[in-house]
Amino acid sequence: MLIDYLPILVYFVIALGVAVGMVALSEAVGKKTHSTVKDLPYECGMVPVGDARSRYSVKFFVIAMFFLVFDIEAIFLYPWAVVFKQLGLFGLIEMAIFIIVLAVGLAYVWGKGALQWE
Amino acid sequence: MSIDIPTICLTNIGPLITLSVAGLLLLLFDAFSGKAMKKAHFHQFSLVAVVIALLQTVWLWNRQTTDFSRMIYVDNFSFFFNVIFLLGTGISIILSVHYLENYRKNYGEYYALMLFAAVGMILMAAGGNLVIIFLGVEILSIPIYILSGLFREDLKSNEAALKYLLLGAFSSAFLLFGIAMLYGGTGTFYLADLAAFIKKSGMNGFTYVGMGLLIVGFGFKVSMAPFHMWTPDVYEGAPTSITAFMSVGTKAAAFAAFLRVFLEVFPTVRMEWDLLLWVAAVATMTVGNVTALAQTNIKRMLAYSSIAHAGYILVGLIAGNQLGATGILYYLLAYTIMNLGAFGVVIAVARKKDNYLNIYDYAGLGFQYPGLAAVMSVFLFSLVGMPPTAGFLGKFYLFSAAVEAGYIWLVIIAVINSLISVYYYLRITVIMYMQPAEADLGPVAMTPVVNATLIISALAVLLIGIFPGSIFQLAMNSVKIFGS
Repeated sequence: MLIDYLPILVYFVIALGVAVGMVALSEAVGKKTHSTVKDLPYECGMVPVGDARSRYSVKFFVIAMFFLVFDIEAIFLYPWAVVFKQLGLFGLIEMAIFIIVLAVGLAYVWGKGALQWE
Repeated sequence: MSIDIPTICLTNIGPLITLSVAGLLLLLFDAFSGKAMKKAHFHQFSLVAVVIALLQTVWLWNRQTTDFSRMIYVDNFSFFFNVIFLLGTGISIILSVHYLENYRKNYGEYYALMLFAAVGMILMAAGGNLVIIFLGVEILSIPIYILSGLFREDLKSNEAALKYLLLGAFSSAFLLFGIAMLYGGTGTFYLADLAAFIKKSGMNGFTYVGMGLLIVGFGFKVSMAPFHMWTPDVYEGAPTSITAFMSVGTKAAAFAAFLRVFLEVFPTVRMEWDLLLWVAAVATMTVGNVTALAQTNIKRMLAYSSIAHAGYILVGLIAGNQLGATGILYYLLAYTIMNLGAFGVVIAVARKKDNYLNIYDYAGLGFQYPGLAAVMSVFLFSLVGMPPTAGFLGKFYLFSAAVEAGYIWLVIIAVINSLISVYYYLRITVIMYMQPAEADLGPVAMTPVVNATLIISALAVLLIGIFPGSIFQLAMNSVKIFGS
């Protein structure tokens, strides 16, 4: 039974290899320049040291909600695509209901003005 | 590879579909309708949905099957609980309208979230698979996290929401871990298969741990000691209408799942969980009642009283016989009506923006508003458990079930606890009728619909207390599934 999971292990190894390989490769062949800013730990473009109580716009959360809708949709659409033929009409209707529910959520967030970024 | 498509019958989950669709429509209306129609019709729309779901439940009555590849039980047990949940949701919606308008928070989302929470409750009572039960817990909990934080500008409401979210997440984790352990020990999520496995090959290490974790997870939701810590703070901080809703809804739903899982899956190992719950029930009753004595905020007092009531209901679960399960169903129905009624009066007396929540604000109410004081007294007498109210018979069934099962000491402790509770419930009545009002607190706003609801609830408490026969029969037929 465990052998069934071998592809996942292989996938993990490849993923790890790619990640480590890329960093190692750029470390090995890349050009290196140093400056104070450049040597800071990378933190998505923000200043990495400072007060933890900094405030940021609540709009980010709304965007995150938008993202969630599509994210969940993608998570379920992939496995459905794999067994699309076996599930047939039943699966189509089930997924239609699922997507309608998500679409209602999307329409709600949209209708509430989440896309109006002032 | 071929996949078996399950045959499904959508009428079996009619109430679920009605409530979900109504909730979704409410969200759309709220986002896209004009300002004018916004305020007026949301609660009516959601009430119609609740009534339709109730009618569907009544129509389904006596159907006995499973659906969605045994994921959902379609039986009278879940229908009885559906009635409790829908009554709770309906009454809460009626009590909410005026209260929310005072705060200018009469949002459409409020009602949509309430309907979604009701969907979660129904799933918990109907779940035939631990995953469905967990799904129900989450669908119930997430709307209530949001609703308890509805008053964004109010620090207490924020505190309530955050505390409930953090502790609720913990309890969900316990529940999920317990489910995983049970799966690890038996290889199945289905309650029926779990029961068959444990009957055949007994318990093993995994199932013991899983059972313990399930007790913790459900214990959080029913506010069983020592997992009751969140209850007073959350109940005090949340909007009163939501406190009312979750004090009856969450508790009933959690007990539905608790009852179904433990009486179906673990009846053969009763000795193992009985002692655990015995200690927990005694602790729950005692902590709830003794701490309630010291409360002067009526919401906190009712929170501790709801902990105590969880303890009484646990007595029925410990008894574990037919009468005990019947008693739990009867008691939860009675508790739903009387507790919502009491909260309805609290909302009215608190006047605008929850100004008067101290118990001494009830002074003189018996003279100023005799009707309101009279219905409050009925609810309080019922919460105490005095005849001829529904609360008395509920306790009577629960305790006599425990006596029948041989738990004499448990019943003695429970009765002593009931006596303690007399003090803090009847103190309100004494204050209402025997103390003059200290100051004029302004008029109590009462709408005809709320008045009618409170009066009907009070009458129902008396009526099912005096004529318990038909409700008792229904409850007894509903728990026939538990064999024994």
